[in-house]
Amino acid sequence: MNKDWMGKYSGSSSLGLRPSSTEQVSQILAYCSLRRLALVPQGGNTGLVGGSVPVFDEVVLNMSAMNKILSFDEVSGVLVCQAGCILQTLEEHVSQRGYIMPLDLGAKGSCHIGGNLSTNAGGLRLLRYGSLHGSVLGVEAVLPDGTVLDLLRQLRKDNTGYDLKQLFIGSEGTLGVITAVAIQCAPKPASVQLAFLSCPSFAAVQQVLRHAKQSLGEILSAVEFLDQESMAMATQYLPGVSNPLAQAGPDAAQQQQQGGGGEQGGPFYMVVETQGSHAGHDKEKLEGFLEAVMADGSVADGTLAESQAQAAAIWRVREGITESLVRRGAVYKYDLSMPTHKMYELVQLVRQQVAHLPGVKAVGYGHVGDGNLHLNVSSPSGYSDELEQLLEPFVYEWTAQQSGSISAEHGIGLMKAPVLGYSKSSEAVNLMQRLKVLMDPHQILNPYKVLPGVEHMGRVEMYDDR
Amino acid sequence: MSKVLVAVKRVIDYNARVRIKPDKSGVDLTNVKMSMNPFCEIAVEEALRLRESKAVDEVVAVSLGPQQVQETLRTALAMGADRAIHVSTEQQLEPLAVAKLLAALARREQPLLCLLGKQAIDGDNNQTGQMLAGLLSWPQATFASKVELDKAAGSAKVTREVDGGLETLSCQLPAVITTDLRLNEPRYATLPNIMKAKKKSIAKLTPQELGVDVTQQLVTLQVEEPAQRKGGVVLGSVAQLVEKLHKEAKVI
Repeated sequence: MNKDWMGKYSGSSSLGLRPSSTEQVSQILAYCSLRRLALVPQGGNTGLVGGSVPVFDEVVLNMSAMNKILSFDEVSGVLVCQAGCILQTLEEHVSQRGYIMPLDLGAKGSCHIGGNLSTNAGGLRLLRYGSLHGSVLGVEAVLPDGTVLDLLRQLRKDNTGYDLKQLFIGSEGTLGVITAVAIQCAPKPASVQLAFLSCPSFAAVQQVLRHAKQSLGEILSAVEFLDQESMAMATQYLPGVSNPLAQAGPDAAQQQQQGGGGEQGGPFYMVVETQGSHAGHDKEKLEGFLEAVMADGSVADGTLAESQAQAAAIWRVREGITESLVRRGAVYKYDLSMPTHKMYELVQLVRQQVAHLPGVKAVGYGHVGDGNLHLNVSSPSGYSDELEQLLEPFVYEWTAQQSGSISAEHGIGLMKAPVLGYSKSSEAVNLMQRLKVLMDPHQILNPYKVLPGVEHMGRVEMYDDR
Repeated sequence: MSKVLVAVKRVIDYNARVRIKPDKSGVDLTNVKMSMNPFCEIAVEEALRLRESKAVDEVVAVSLGPQQVQETLRTALAMGADRAIHVSTEQQLEPLAVAKLLAALARREQPLLCLLGKQAIDGDNNQTGQMLAGLLSWPQATFASKVELDKAAGSAKVTREVDGGLETLSCQLPAVITTDLRLNEPRYATLPNIMKAKKKSIAKLTPQELGVDVTQQLVTLQVEEPAQRKGGVVLGSVAQLVEKLHKEAKVI
């Protein structure tokens, strides 16, 4: 409970609590509020910015015992469950009833839905199903003073006053502890098609994205990209994972020469997925799309998954990159939003910056359909100040210059609290500070996270705490 | 021109969840993903490797059934098969009927080798390859985990997976070989090949043209789910275990 998934952040708490009911959470928070004891709400502990582990000796409030599914309406597709349910468990439950969860991410086997909400998790299907701010219909949360806030409605439309549940989505456990969730699930698609493509350059990747949006339109459900170096990581460090487009045969040698360090940094790989209600219709659209991208040369090679086993193997490559990097050693992770045409420029700049350090590699991959780049720098010899200084604040400054976001979906946590100012104005941060003080006057929930300390910002007006 | 004839079957995707129809007459196929039988995929891959190593010249894929099996033939063509044959029938086909149809095709095409998956994941019969060899009076090597063709000698050396381990057989060609899981890892069909496959020909034949009677000889009485697995119980002592074995399981 004290250490994060990447092994980068470590606290020294000596107390962990596992409540099994909202009532218990309420009692815990009321007590901690009274005694001024700091807490860290913790879900699956799969966060990537050190937000789910203690910094010092904060009490760990682990939600894994609150894992009951409360109800599922098969007509409306609304799922109501406790915050400690694991995403994959929920996916399996609704899948048996003809639905899918509106989000999907690599950590699904461990992450909690409460944590997903707290971080406003994006994931692989945001392109199609939108963000949690839209798909979450209701929330039950406990305020820092122990008050239970019941906003757990299953209504698609409810314009009655301020939409308070939005305060808890994305605030990373700093304004309250989410204890239950009502979420809108989507009908399970009758037809899921998956294409894995190889493109000669990043310009080609953007061409393919344009084609995908035009030709696949309403059935498009995911567009991901990964560079050559990411593919190399996945195939080298994950057992049983291979490049679907590397054929063993007489063409292989020729392919090896064409690929790898091509002048435009290629090849780049893309995963394009469609979800729809009619297989024949979807396949026809997909064929049109594939013919177009092959005709104009933006796709050099590719494959269409012919079975679910092949589809799973293709997704494993993309979803496994994060894990492969952790296996290799220390990772500096940057999750950035910026104009799509700028995305790979940053990767190349960073690659140049770290070129002189032995074993250090920069890889780029991510949700190119959402303008979200995952830039990772892998250092097998461990975390080092020298490397960190080469990367930060360079990456944040460069991103700010593009008017981008220094955290597209991972959140702020501990890692990015000092650099929040690169993406939000001081007026905005000031208002966030005031909201925090209003809701958590004794600052007991997840201190040191999300908001920069007072010394980083200008004057913050505090209300009387009682 | 030496050929290898590969039979492929369209079945429910290996990863799809299977439901029984409420009237228990069979499996519910509505909106279920269908794919090529995994063992047939392995057979196609092996055939392609034999052609790539120049042991044979042509790979011919064949599938039997209604119009939709052409999807599976397109997949075989996309993987690299040279041409395909669709034996068209709406009749539900049993392993013996399939074997008779394939035998008739083999007599027409005169292949060096018939490659089949060891069994289909829907029927799990594991009979067709064996019956085909019997009908043709050809040697058979089933559950192959390794195949080596000696063109000059006109024979094949096949390593088979059997319960006790591995058995290596040598048989004269033409022969029937059925594939097991560890024979190879099937390739992905690449886009250029998928596009090319659309233009490749699928010849259509009927059982009547092949002179085979495919009337069903078996009647399915009922299809039902396997009994639900009852939860286990953690016991506190050996005495409790003995009591349960005696009173509940009634085995002592």
